[in-house]
Amino acid sequence: MDILDLTAVELGRQIRSGQVSAVEAVRAALLQIEAAEPSCHAFIQIDREGALKQAEEVQRRIEDGTLTGPLAGVPVAVKDNLCIKKQRTTCASKMLADFRPSYTAAAVECLVQAGAVILGKTNMDEFAMGSTTETSAFGPTGNPWNPDCVPGGSSGGSCAAVAANMCFYALGTDTGGSIRQPSAFCGVTGIKPTYGTVSRYGLIAYGSSLEQIGPIARDVRDCAAVLEAMAVRDVKDSTSVRRKGCDFTKALSEDVRGLRIGIPREYFDGELNPEIRDAILYAARALAGNGAVVEEFSFPLVDEAVLAYYVIACAQASSNLARFDGVKYGYRAGDEGELHRMIKKSRTEGFGTEVKRRIMLGTFVLRSGYYDEYYLKALQVKTLVAQAFARAFDRFDILLTPVAPTTAPKMGESLKNPIQMYAQDKYTVPVNLAGLPALAIPCGTSSAGLPIGMQMIGNYFQEKTLFRAGRCFEQMRAYKKPGLCEAIRKAESGSNSAKYKAIRKAESGSTKTEASGKRKG
Amino acid sequence: MVIGLEVHVELATKTKIFCGCSTAFGQAPNTQICPVCTGMPGTLPVLNKKVVDYALAVGLALHCQVNRHCHFDRKNYFYPDNPQNYQISQLYAPICHDGFVEIETEEGKKKVRIHELHMEEDAGKLIHDDPVLGACSLVDYNRSGVPLIEIVSEPDMRSAREVIAYLEDLRTTIQYLGASDCRLQEGSMRVDVNLSVRKAGTKQLGTRTEMKNLNSFKAIVRAIEEEKSRQVALLKAGRAVVQETRRWDDDCGVSRPMRSKEDAQDYRYFPEPDLPSLEISEAWIEEIRKAQPQMRKERAERFQKEFYLPAYDALLLTQSRQMAEVFEQTALICHKPKEVSNWLMTEGMRLLKEKAMGPERIRLSPVHLAKLIELVENKVINRTAAKEVFAQMFISQTNPEDYIKEKGLYAVQDEDALLQVVVQVIADNPQSVKDFRNGKQRAAGFLVGQTMKAMKGKADPEVINRLVREQLAE
Repeated sequence: MDILDLTAVELGRQIRSGQVSAVEAVRAALLQIEAAEPSCHAFIQIDREGALKQAEEVQRRIEDGTLTGPLAGVPVAVKDNLCIKKQRTTCASKMLADFRPSYTAAAVECLVQAGAVILGKTNMDEFAMGSTTETSAFGPTGNPWNPDCVPGGSSGGSCAAVAANMCFYALGTDTGGSIRQPSAFCGVTGIKPTYGTVSRYGLIAYGSSLEQIGPIARDVRDCAAVLEAMAVRDVKDSTSVRRKGCDFTKALSEDVRGLRIGIPREYFDGELNPEIRDAILYAARALAGNGAVVEEFSFPLVDEAVLAYYVIACAQASSNLARFDGVKYGYRAGDEGELHRMIKKSRTEGFGTEVKRRIMLGTFVLRSGYYDEYYLKALQVKTLVAQAFARAFDRFDILLTPVAPTTAPKMGESLKNPIQMYAQDKYTVPVNLAGLPALAIPCGTSSAGLPIGMQMIGNYFQEKTLFRAGRCFEQMRAYKKPGLCEAIRKAESGSNSAKYKAIRKAESGSTKTEASGKRKG
Repeated sequence: MVIGLEVHVELATKTKIFCGCSTAFGQAPNTQICPVCTGMPGTLPVLNKKVVDYALAVGLALHCQVNRHCHFDRKNYFYPDNPQNYQISQLYAPICHDGFVEIETEEGKKKVRIHELHMEEDAGKLIHDDPVLGACSLVDYNRSGVPLIEIVSEPDMRSAREVIAYLEDLRTTIQYLGASDCRLQEGSMRVDVNLSVRKAGTKQLGTRTEMKNLNSFKAIVRAIEEEKSRQVALLKAGRAVVQETRRWDDDCGVSRPMRSKEDAQDYRYFPEPDLPSLEISEAWIEEIRKAQPQMRKERAERFQKEFYLPAYDALLLTQSRQMAEVFEQTALICHKPKEVSNWLMTEGMRLLKEKAMGPERIRLSPVHLAKLIELVENKVINRTAAKEVFAQMFISQTNPEDYIKEKGLYAVQDEDALLQVVVQVIADNPQSVKDFRNGKQRAAGFLVGQTMKAMKGKADPEVINRLVREQLAE
């Protein structure tokens, strides 16, 4: 069997049993990257030598018995807003094009300890602000199912990489749906864990009270295994929670008898693509057929939640991104002779349009005179949303909803109208406001051949329930992988081929510097 | 004149407020830093519990209410001494509020109310136009993240004297708790003065200015007087006082408006999302309360009662907790409070001043001091030698008996030996003898001094005095 067809857990097993070596696995992934990257552009950086070295080291430690975990030797791709010591961590921004942190994100460190082999850093919306990966300063990523379409965002690169078999799993981050939505658009499985489950130390912050790091993988079992490795209390993150019962892989019983599933009526409104609606309701019936109890109910505040989300996320972002001023590191515009002029110019040139838009929005809603009306109000709505979920979870074990109103849109369409783009997040953002766990899982394909995903929302710390239900469902349907050869062929003759070819050329010319951001000092 | 004060105090914790870097003063630039206190991307703050302990201790000692659910807020502004371009402080829910300090005024006791007390992090230090590197600015982040408490008073003070009384009480209280050494010159205590004037009898407050860079009590007094005159002159000339922040220049004796219009700045405060809100339990408050030492006022009153000390002595001895404790423990051992207080008030105070040392460096052991007093009383050593021993004991835990033995400071007790020396000195100084016989009493003193010199200070001057006079009388 082709190594690339294995799931992460299956590969881990084969590596431990000696059927496959870690080096073979990473070589296979690197070859696939060479084949698929030209049409996909999922990566900002690929660390070929580093990955091979890691694989050799990991293989040694597996053979001498020091590494025994399920993920030892399995190659992973990491979203480029997660710091890795001494490696370029860019957040897909000119501002950090040459930034090398002196520390590694705690979550990544967990995986390294477990024997992960890091292939490289994946493309994303700049500073995680966006839903299509088109705001990246280093060019967009193509959806492996159709490169004329976006992979979603902001973890578009990670999801595309998994979907195109370029890695066995990936790490993403989710502030308002940034793991779940691209997972749905790319036909892969991803989970945003309960807030506080995975340490945020080393995650370059966007919306501090909303975001979590989570796994993106081929199936539910892989997600469970990866989350289990990362769900550790970290003293360096004061919002990190000490949790019991993080043995998620033990919860994959597939038994949904008596599981109470709630379907919020308001999520299935006229805006929702009917093919998506049908696919999800079909999935609900399938689960009911396995003993689950499915019921419709009313869930309020759908529109208000999106507004509250953007107020809160942008406000926190305006503060979190204030540190990027060209003083100590990062992009510094030429000598302006005066401090505030230099800071202004560096930020004007270093940040993209969407980032600047959100910083300005965030600054505005925090201004004295507006704070009560906007930020404080938004925090109150956040509480109301959490309360609405609490009432729902009195009656149900999981909520079943769409992830997005449409399948993956065409490249270049979404950025034309940012406010409309923001409104598309309405199914995912309430989860971040409340801090709940939510799983995105493929449940069909549209008539245009694009993946359809559905969202399962659980109560606080109830990832096991989500994994149980998700595993049950995915065992019922065959997981359809994208026809890669077709995709590559299409890309070569498609409208985006010139752009991708240019990017590929630039990347092969110098693997270290992608952007033309000036070095400070 | 109406005055309110904002006092920033650097807490004496070993490590910073949100990371484990050392707070030690005076180290080479950027050697006590880490990714957290330099605001590197992806780093997060972790609260140092000792900071909260100290903040509670000070708040309770200042009779404040404790906010049982307090939290931190971000104060956003762009400036390079602030690596994240925001400072983590407390605005919406400070840890303590509504306390007071009681001061003595000419009209009697007065309560200066404290509006609030909160925790925050210090910024780094900027150095401009370094003599070697030329026209540039350098940042040293050693100080970034050092814990501060800010104590904001109500505008209850009406004179420079009241301000100083308030500050002295505040400083003593904080030093008693060991929370800070409160040195204005070193920057561990910083005072900003908010001052406005109004016509006598009016209730409405005038426009106030804020003054910074006040590095000594003298500077504070001068600045207050000068600012009062300046504001009065403006109003008398029909002009308005501009609300602004002014920088005091002590060398020139004037204040100047600061370049950055900080008053107009909107800091866009919002709750710090990286730190959960702080729950302060009754048990925690009780623990802090129990650990509070007896404060200066009560202790001075008790010393007056229990040790029969005059009020002046009691106040002087309780100026620092360390001094007060040495006094009390020594007095309890030797039962000679007057003797102990003499030593501390004269020699002790002198040494503190001479060595420019803070009371926290006193190493005087009560057992040793009691011993020293006993030795002097038994004339084993004389007072001069005792002063030398005291000075040694003061800064290091020296055993007096060991030191005396080592340095051979024993007073010579043998009167015959002494007599021989006296006779010799008299023989060597015929002129002095003549002067004495001619009525110059001081000549006897000279002879005593010469004898002491010959004895290398090891004799009891009283005994020598007696012997000299006996000899001269013959």
